[in-house]
Amino acid sequence: MTAKAPDIRPVTASVGVAQAMKSVFLRDVRVAFRQRQDLLNPLLFCVMVVTLFPLGVSPEVSFLREAGAGILWVAALLSVLLSLDHLFRHDFDDGTLEQLVLQPQPLFLLVLAKTVAHWILTGLPLVVLTPVLGVMVQLPGNSIAVLCLTLLIGTPVLSLIGSIGAALTLGLRSAGVLLSLLIIPLYIPVLIFGTGTVAAASEGAPVGAYLALMGAFLVLAVTLAPFASAAALKISLSNS
Amino acid sequence: MSEPLLQAINLECERDERTLFRNLSFSILPGTVTRVEGPNGSGKTTLLRILAGLNDAWTGELLWCGEPRRLRRESFLRNMLYLGHRPGIKPLLTPLENLRALTAGRYPMDDEVLLRALSGTGLDGFEHVPSRNLSAGQQRRVALARLLIADEPLWLLDEVFTAIDVQGVEAIEALLQQRAEEGGAVVVTTHHDLDLPAMQRISLGEGDWDDS
Repeated sequence: MTAKAPDIRPVTASVGVAQAMKSVFLRDVRVAFRQRQDLLNPLLFCVMVVTLFPLGVSPEVSFLREAGAGILWVAALLSVLLSLDHLFRHDFDDGTLEQLVLQPQPLFLLVLAKTVAHWILTGLPLVVLTPVLGVMVQLPGNSIAVLCLTLLIGTPVLSLIGSIGAALTLGLRSAGVLLSLLIIPLYIPVLIFGTGTVAAASEGAPVGAYLALMGAFLVLAVTLAPFASAAALKISLSNS
Repeated sequence: MSEPLLQAINLECERDERTLFRNLSFSILPGTVTRVEGPNGSGKTTLLRILAGLNDAWTGELLWCGEPRRLRRESFLRNMLYLGHRPGIKPLLTPLENLRALTAGRYPMDDEVLLRALSGTGLDGFEHVPSRNLSAGQQRRVALARLLIADEPLWLLDEVFTAIDVQGVEAIEALLQQRAEEGGAVVVTTHHDLDLPAMQRISLGEGDWDDS
């Protein structure tokens, strides 16, 4: 009873990868701005940790100078961790993720677009906030500049690595704990090099080598993490 | 007889140590409507997710246009439209924004076309209301608006009649029929009493299947 042969559309007839990535990115940004409290949450958390530290430990200038960069880095790291569960969770619950996986474009690039959106919405505001927080913990200007630079390179790495954990724990009921356990060990090298760079800068040592190493982390994360996240997403969806 | 779009050979799927189906073979021909039927838990949704490529826990062979599907993944994804239980509608976005996002990865269209599709599903006046303010049926209608503008030859529709009112059900039935006449292939799972002329049936949960 066939009427006419169906038109099998060639892959080239679909939208280009860049266009598809842009649309995924814009949708995430739009959704985030419709729910601003979720955007503020990690920022507030970071500010609170940094504010409470001097109150809880010691408001001495000498102590803060020494520990300030570490406090800021840990606060930023935990803030990113806090926001990770939302990266795929809502999409998973409302079915958008299924449709994302079924798009004809390579999934890892679409995941990369989502991760970039996540970084711009959580990591980048943290970097912008850092100078203020840096002054609050009495860091010298030079250290603040280097700290901002390390966070600028480091927070995308946190988002990228975190996306793997978020994708892996997607199908689970109580994903939060497992996500932290999975991801924290992978965050440690970034944290060590991030704070190490600032420490070197405050001693007047050259930081070029440190920054180059952090850049290498970033390149590694950008090239490998989207593949791992995409594979993990497929597994999570397959088991749901 | 034209070549089948999708061909399943000896599909077998086990879930939670229970065999859902075994030795399941069928062909999805262009210009046909196929209904997957069976009681709750018989694996209808699982079968549809396997066909869509969302579920990997199966053995057997799936051919897309005569070639193994995994070798032609992009072509398959471009030419297949899947609507699942969860309609893929973001509650915070308006129906128009949702429809735009859902179609943007496949065939970008003017807002005018999208608005016409939305009004075609009876969502006139709701185009710019956040989707979370819509009823469950209206949210499904946003997803169904995709069918009015879809150019994919193969549709996989899971429980497409859920939460849709009587007139809506009739409209969807007519749409599926029309789609088949135009040469598209449709696979649906439903508990609704769907009976279209020359409909192929795949019965699960009884260990056999027939081709009508």
